[in-house]
Amino acid sequence: MAIVTMREALNQALREEMQRDKNVFLMGEEVGAYQGAYKVTKGLLEELGPKRVIDTPITELGFAGLGVGAAMAGLRPIVEFMTFNFSILATDQIINSAAKMLYMSGGQFNIPIVFRGPGGSAFQVSSQHSQALESWFAYFPGLKVVMPSTPADAKGLLKSAIRDNDPVIFIEQERMYGNKGEVSDDPEFTIPLGVADIKREGKDATIVARSLMVPVALKAAEALEKEGISCEVIDPRTIRPLDIKTIVESVKKTNRVVIAEESHPFCGVAAEIASEIMERAFDYLDAPVKRVSGVDVPMPYAKNLEDAAIPKVEQIVAAVKEVSYL
Amino acid sequence: MATQVIMPKLSPTMEEGQLSRWLKKEGDKVSMGEPLAEIDTDKATMEMQALGNGVLRKIFIQEGESAPLGQLIAIIGEPDEDISSFTNQAPASAAAKADAPVADAPAEADAPIVEKKEEAEEPKPAKPAETETPASGNGSHTPAPAAQPASGRLIVSPLAARMAAESGIDLRSVNGSGPGGRIIKRDVEGLITQQGSAAPTAAKKQTQLRAVPSPGQKSAINAPSAYRDEPASEMRRTIAKRLVTSLGPVPHFFLTTEIEMDRAAEMRSGINALDPGLKISINDIIIKVAAAALLQHPQVNASYQDKVVRYYEHADIGVAVAIEEGLITPIVRAADQKSLSEIANEVRELAGRARERKLKPEEFIGATFSISNLGMFGIDEFTAVINPPEGAILAIGAMSPKPVVRDNEIVVRQMMRVTMSCDHRVIDGATGAKFLQTFKKILENPLFLVV
Repeated sequence: MAIVTMREALNQALREEMQRDKNVFLMGEEVGAYQGAYKVTKGLLEELGPKRVIDTPITELGFAGLGVGAAMAGLRPIVEFMTFNFSILATDQIINSAAKMLYMSGGQFNIPIVFRGPGGSAFQVSSQHSQALESWFAYFPGLKVVMPSTPADAKGLLKSAIRDNDPVIFIEQERMYGNKGEVSDDPEFTIPLGVADIKREGKDATIVARSLMVPVALKAAEALEKEGISCEVIDPRTIRPLDIKTIVESVKKTNRVVIAEESHPFCGVAAEIASEIMERAFDYLDAPVKRVSGVDVPMPYAKNLEDAAIPKVEQIVAAVKEVSYL
Repeated sequence: MATQVIMPKLSPTMEEGQLSRWLKKEGDKVSMGEPLAEIDTDKATMEMQALGNGVLRKIFIQEGESAPLGQLIAIIGEPDEDISSFTNQAPASAAAKADAPVADAPAEADAPIVEKKEEAEEPKPAKPAETETPASGNGSHTPAPAAQPASGRLIVSPLAARMAAESGIDLRSVNGSGPGGRIIKRDVEGLITQQGSAAPTAAKKQTQLRAVPSPGQKSAINAPSAYRDEPASEMRRTIAKRLVTSLGPVPHFFLTTEIEMDRAAEMRSGINALDPGLKISINDIIIKVAAAALLQHPQVNASYQDKVVRYYEHADIGVAVAIEEGLITPIVRAADQKSLSEIANEVRELAGRARERKLKPEEFIGATFSISNLGMFGIDEFTAVINPPEGAILAIGAMSPKPVVRDNEIVVRQMMRVTMSCDHRVIDGATGAKFLQTFKKILENPLFLVV
């Protein structure tokens, strides 16, 4: 075990999996010579060579399609989007080809591909470059969607995503690359997809948080602990398949739930989780499920407004108090 | 505006009804509340009233036919109204709708003129208000607006509603501390703790909550008996659990005694001689005596209700009546408060209607004790099966002259054997025996009834 950043943890996962399986290759803008816009692919070109680490032109739809074709031909591509904002250009290949190929080919073609890169808000990159798009991808049957919140989760989940035989959308939070944590150096360390993690145990209220909101929720839980309110923080880690069982078990214990997310509220992942909770644990709810979401506007450029658009510790604290009738 | 007539729910256990008789025919004028048809349910034949004004335009099921709850069985509408959209959908689609108890509104495009009348929907059994939950605001993130007690609607969190239902708490007596008066977990929790820690006082409180007002008044006499719930003790629960594993869901045991009936028979003929209008039977006397004995032995006038033992204030006595299709037990409410002639008239009237299957559900559901008499069939003695949740049932055998020893001499007396089946979860051997002792004492000396 060593303390590493999320960036390093992802780099380890890529290196280990590419060493483990020669069919795994990496492509994207600036992943090779420049070693990645966020340095996640640092050192890989040098170690694994230009056949395994491929710099592409600025053509998201093109290289995403190339990846789907390579997967059909038996390779295991990892496609990096410089940020998921640019994946919007590639959605035809992701949604119409990658997600549906297994189904439409009558089970003939598995698409073992990972589309990965940073998502969510960053630091003052404004509306077009600060988007949380997980609900888009989670909407489609055929895609798995993963959002790690710690370096260990990032490594274990990315390794599982690369070994998975279906297309996986792997969204790294742009603000979290420098976050540090303990990470296993066992090359066989993986975390299964579809399993939520209880980041903190508690009994009075459940906070469901993913990605950037996990550390925020943990801080809120700490603040609430001082006021005698014990919060359970659950990180689904995989948005699809969603481990609703763990969430529902927690709600049955605490009877109240707040769902925190960086994304917009409307048709967001929190709305889906709230609906599942209502269907599965209605008789256990003592208060309506409460969402704390990003503000429903395009991300502002101005620093103060950007700050105001992203959920804060205080908002989660207030939401927990609201559902606890305090 | 056309009114859809659908098969209504007329008894708690009814799943389908058979149309016994149409009281109106197609083309007849009907007004709201007028009897429309007689429906045979699983328990009784009941009248169905019209829920709209107009003309009975179309009948979809004929006398003798059955329909599941909610099926469209007729249409009431204006004489010139277009009801083709309904006639098209019935009866074929009506049968298909068996799964959807509430009839669908016709597609608006097909029937621009015909509107479904909301009130015409199945007369839903009044839902206990406490199970209702507030509808969430449309996309609003603010808490629900203040409760509107004027509407009589309780605002309860789903959890609080469930907890209250499980512990038998009446939510109407609870003050909600949530936003807008919403009743929440902590409000119900408080009451549950109270209930547990202060058993005797809580029980008293509950009596007040649940008691039918002023039981002495005549008006209450035909209402179901008031009762008090006392938490079942640990020993009581263990007894219940253990015995159930031994014999069925209701652990029966049986107590038999032989009763000398000469004085009771004498009393009967004496009373009947007073007035040719009086037709008191031995069974009426038995009902009266059982009621009197039950009041002296409240442990027998009781039922086991999972977490509580329920003690009734009055003896509501179910009298098993054999009818063609089986049997039913009409109830003499508060028999302890009624005179013999009242009991006799009531039993005769109830039994008559029972044979015609015209009893209303409240007339045969919810006795506190039952009596089954097979004496008229010459049965000497038998055991009867308890009608849950009642605590006991008394099986009466035939009265016949027998030699018995009195003052060291053999004499002939009218003897009758009775066997009481007891629910061991609530009645123990000695408790039942003491009751039977009292019952026997009074029946052998009916003057006790006036003491």
